[in-house]
Amino acid sequence: MREPITEEKLTGLKKQANDIRISIIEMLVEAGSGHSAGPLGMADIFTALYFHILKHDPFYPAWPERDRLILSNGHICPVLYATMAHAKYFPVEELLTLRKFGSRLQGHPHRDFLPMLETSSGPLGCGLAQAVGMALAERITLSELAVGSGLQVVSGNAPHPLEAPHSNSHYIFCMMSDGEHDEGNTWEAIMMGGKEKLDNIIAIVDRNHIQIDGNTEDIMPLEPMRAKWEAFNWHVLDIDGHDFKEIINAVEEAKAYKGKPTVIIAHTIPGKGVSFMENKFEWHGKPPTTEEAEVALKELGARS
Amino acid sequence: MKLNPKLFQSDVEQEPIRAGFGRGLLKAGQLDERVVGFCADLTESTKMEDFKKAFPNRFIEVGVAEQNLVTVAAGMAAAGKIPFTSSYATFSPGRNWEQIRTTICYNNVNVKIVGSHAGVSVGPDGGSHQALEDIAMMRALPRMTVISPCDSIEAEKATLAVAKFVGPTYIRLAREKTPIITTAETPFTLGKANVLRARVTSHVAIIATGSLVYNALMAAEELSKEGIEATVINLHTIKPIDRETIISAAKHAGRIVTVEEHQKAGGMGSAVAELLVELYPVPMRIVGVDDKFGQSGKPTELIEFYGLGVHSIKQAVRSLVDKK
Repeated sequence: MREPITEEKLTGLKKQANDIRISIIEMLVEAGSGHSAGPLGMADIFTALYFHILKHDPFYPAWPERDRLILSNGHICPVLYATMAHAKYFPVEELLTLRKFGSRLQGHPHRDFLPMLETSSGPLGCGLAQAVGMALAERITLSELAVGSGLQVVSGNAPHPLEAPHSNSHYIFCMMSDGEHDEGNTWEAIMMGGKEKLDNIIAIVDRNHIQIDGNTEDIMPLEPMRAKWEAFNWHVLDIDGHDFKEIINAVEEAKAYKGKPTVIIAHTIPGKGVSFMENKFEWHGKPPTTEEAEVALKELGARS
Repeated sequence: MKLNPKLFQSDVEQEPIRAGFGRGLLKAGQLDERVVGFCADLTESTKMEDFKKAFPNRFIEVGVAEQNLVTVAAGMAAAGKIPFTSSYATFSPGRNWEQIRTTICYNNVNVKIVGSHAGVSVGPDGGSHQALEDIAMMRALPRMTVISPCDSIEAEKATLAVAKFVGPTYIRLAREKTPIITTAETPFTLGKANVLRARVTSHVAIIATGSLVYNALMAAEELSKEGIEATVINLHTIKPIDRETIISAAKHAGRIVTVEEHQKAGGMGSAVAELLVELYPVPMRIVGVDDKFGQSGKPTELIEFYGLGVHSIKQAVRSLVDKK
């Protein structure tokens, strides 16, 4: 399917992720508001997705065969916007309009402004349920195609959706934060994804242990997270969210796994790449000042 | 306007408004394979069972999870389906308002929300199950169309109409048997109110919605014997509101009484008042529940107790007509 990951490719991805981190800092300091830690922590995963994993076309965002990417944790949109810009969905210069009046780059993603998004988001706990809906819609369509072609139909009875042929034509990726596991709707969707055996969903949880008010285990303990997802009938993978090989291999394994949806718990360092932001919950919800941004950009090796 | 000829007879046919939804959904499913049914563990009482039987592969059981009910439906609509979601109105749109706001309206996807068991006429289940706030919640949402059919025939037409209409919609249904007011020939157009009772000279226009349209018509008949003539309008679509018909009624009658099985705050009467106060202010009375929760009881007892009966409507009209 995908080309093998060569050392050259890995080096390219690392360089790309660093450029995306630089863009994140630049856009946040220009905006004067927004979230820093999560976007920096997820830069490697977004890079791996948009530059290696996803089936997508920046010049044809509505391509029916595209993989879907739902950003459930809308507050980390700086990394989504920066990655999309670097992937040529829109000009990199436009990143500096983040959160400004008239910008397509709303503070939290809104399809009215950026129709190429799969969904608007921001309020936590809603993304996975929408992924479940998209996956179910595809299953129904496939079962109807089966009915239309006369397959598996006995005396007018349509096949149960679970018996319908399953398409691997595309996958639905749902990006989630760990903090949004506090939301009840998250668990409702996890329960349903497991019940319906939606193996074309790949959820990726940014397990960075922070939320706005503090560390996740202090605010509302989430551990044992792996056991919880497993108990809800999900196939669970734990990875280092900064290791490109692990990210790419985990997605390949998720695609190959049948009968259960997969969640990849990606262990990440919030604020990754900027020493004074790393692992500090205080950086969850604020941007750097001009002085802080200068230090951050220097650490990231930005030309200035 | 052609209405049921037995409308004012004691043996007028009665049927729960929700039954019309059940028939409409089945037909909508037959007409369009994109129609999908979603229920939150209340398939029988929300009248989705016929659809479920006919289209098992297009029926999704979400369990007792109303937040998930509408968010999964939002995802399905994004993938091109036309989901109808149903539960009791206290729970959907009650419990999941923010999910409806963000994933359906803000996202602008084509989900049909159906809130059953609205109003105090739910009866014995008590106040926790009697939605009196849903019109206010739904009409405050940008892009949401809000419909409250007056009988089961209209509910069927409304269901078929919203299946064809592209955009978020809310249909409000009552539990109890309600007299059949309209006929198959009565027109139903989204956003266009029906003048059910027209008079050359009117002292008042009564604008009613949902299960209380019948009470409004009864009140008008009885007031006529007192020499008070009333136009009666069925405002089945509360949003977008039919400005033309309402302003014309205000000009014609000079006084407006609104009638609904909902809190006075934020309901259909408020919607009418918002329109008239800016464009054609006339004296008004709002018949509705006055900042109270419901309780257990027989539907008829509760309708009377909460000031929604024929007597209360007549009183509201008299207080307005006497004033002038």
